[in-house]
Amino acid sequence: MSTAIEHPTYNYKVVKQFAIMTVVWGIVGMLVGVWIAAQLAWPALNFDLPWTSFGRLRPLHTNAVIFAFGGSALFATSYYVVQRTCQTRLLSDGLAAFTFWGWQLVIVLAAVTLPLGLTQGKEYAELIWPIDVLITLVWVAYAIIFLGTIYKRKTSHIYVANWFFAAFILTVAVLHLGNSMALPTSFLHSYSIYAGATDAMMQWWYGHNAVGFFLTAGFLGMMYYFVPKQAERPVYSYRLSIVHFWALICVYMWAGPHHLHYTALPDWAQSLGMIMSLILLAPSWGGMINGMMTLSGAWHKLRTDPVLRFLVVSLSFYGMSTFEGPMMSIKTVNALSHYTDWTIGHVHAGALGWVAMISIGSIYHLIPKLFERKEMHSVGLINVHFWLSTVGTVLYIASMWVNGIMQGLMWRAVNADGTLMYTFIESVEASHPGYIVRWLGGALWLLGMLLMAYNVFMTVKSTASEKAAAQTA
Amino acid sequence: MDINVFRGLMTIVLLLAFLGIVYWAYSSKQKKPFDEAANLPFADDDENEKNHNQDESSSLEKNKHE
Repeated sequence: MSTAIEHPTYNYKVVKQFAIMTVVWGIVGMLVGVWIAAQLAWPALNFDLPWTSFGRLRPLHTNAVIFAFGGSALFATSYYVVQRTCQTRLLSDGLAAFTFWGWQLVIVLAAVTLPLGLTQGKEYAELIWPIDVLITLVWVAYAIIFLGTIYKRKTSHIYVANWFFAAFILTVAVLHLGNSMALPTSFLHSYSIYAGATDAMMQWWYGHNAVGFFLTAGFLGMMYYFVPKQAERPVYSYRLSIVHFWALICVYMWAGPHHLHYTALPDWAQSLGMIMSLILLAPSWGGMINGMMTLSGAWHKLRTDPVLRFLVVSLSFYGMSTFEGPMMSIKTVNALSHYTDWTIGHVHAGALGWVAMISIGSIYHLIPKLFERKEMHSVGLINVHFWLSTVGTVLYIASMWVNGIMQGLMWRAVNADGTLMYTFIESVEASHPGYIVRWLGGALWLLGMLLMAYNVFMTVKSTASEKAAAQTA
Repeated sequence: MDINVFRGLMTIVLLLAFLGIVYWAYSSKQKKPFDEAANLPFADDDENEKNHNQDESSSLEKNKHE
């Protein structure tokens, strides 16, 4: 199939592979997410087995949705965009295939080791050191292909989307190497070379920049190609794109300490992290406004085009969560929100509303192009998927806001004599309805992804059967 | 030099660098190359796409004339 419709100029094979795996890993990652959401509402669903306990499945969920689903979407779109805007083929087909199979191997190894309880214990960097080494090899190959393709471009200018993708690739390399430095004690175990508050600061320097570069810069690269393409008009302001690019990548680096408010981290570092997080609102909204305004004069297209709806609503959620984030980084707000479900709601406003929706919109744009169709098998199903995702996200974040603020208020409430008004378990019991609503929101998301899988399958199948018919004729 | 003087100077240097980027990006000299760059996503219309999306390419033509 793939050889029959190989593109003459571009390497679409690796793009197709990553695009299909985006859908597959999206379903897997969200299925685990729905499962652990159900565990919080109905704890018996951990089956009293160590491999299916919340503590082991939760990192499996985060790794699957961020690095398997999000990562595959980033590989697919970056390989596609860099070829189309540089008007040249990828630097090396062999190396590109290595990044595909290498990345899939990383994902499979993660899916095996995490339920077995093999972990480094660092959030979003749980994978043990041999897998970290494999990630490094794949990532270096990715950087060589991407930057090498830019180097041999046929155009004089490097399109802004490629700047964002390049920043994402280079920074993630630095973050991964910096935070994963460890002394192995055996093949399956190691100790971080950092200790104490330094270790915590390294971890959240990594953690927040994983948000800033893996989950933002790369997806802004997507935004700068697929929003103009789908809206059929160039980006609103190319100048703004340059200014907000440099502002974003310079400021994000300093926001990590807001994860460590009121901890052993020195006070000045906490305040610095808070100030930098507040400044971050400006470049974030610069990107959002640039994407939104690209539609000026083309807003009517939203009425008929569900793909464009996915892209534009993702920008709305991006704007919302990048307002919420700086607000939560203010120390007095953080004193209420930290360690509550509000944080989880905030993450999912970004992860579902922004990252997943812009990826899904981009994949719906990509699949027909890659498989030589005019459009997806069913545009109506895309619309159903859009509404399931939007309603699912709203249910998720609204329930977590209610739970989070309630938990924060219950935990800080004191009686006149200074004793705590509520026990911890009372706040857990009060959270139960919110956990059910959150589970429902996640289930709607999973249902939407299953519809997407069917839609993609039918689109690919129609191309394959057409080719087969042409060959026999 | 005292380390804190150095840190203060670095802050000023970075601020000036940022203002320089803003000045460069918004200078009228960059208007034309940026307009060309902004149209790069539409510059390589694929043969396959042209066959499928007649209306898309025609609307692109319209954009160019605007």
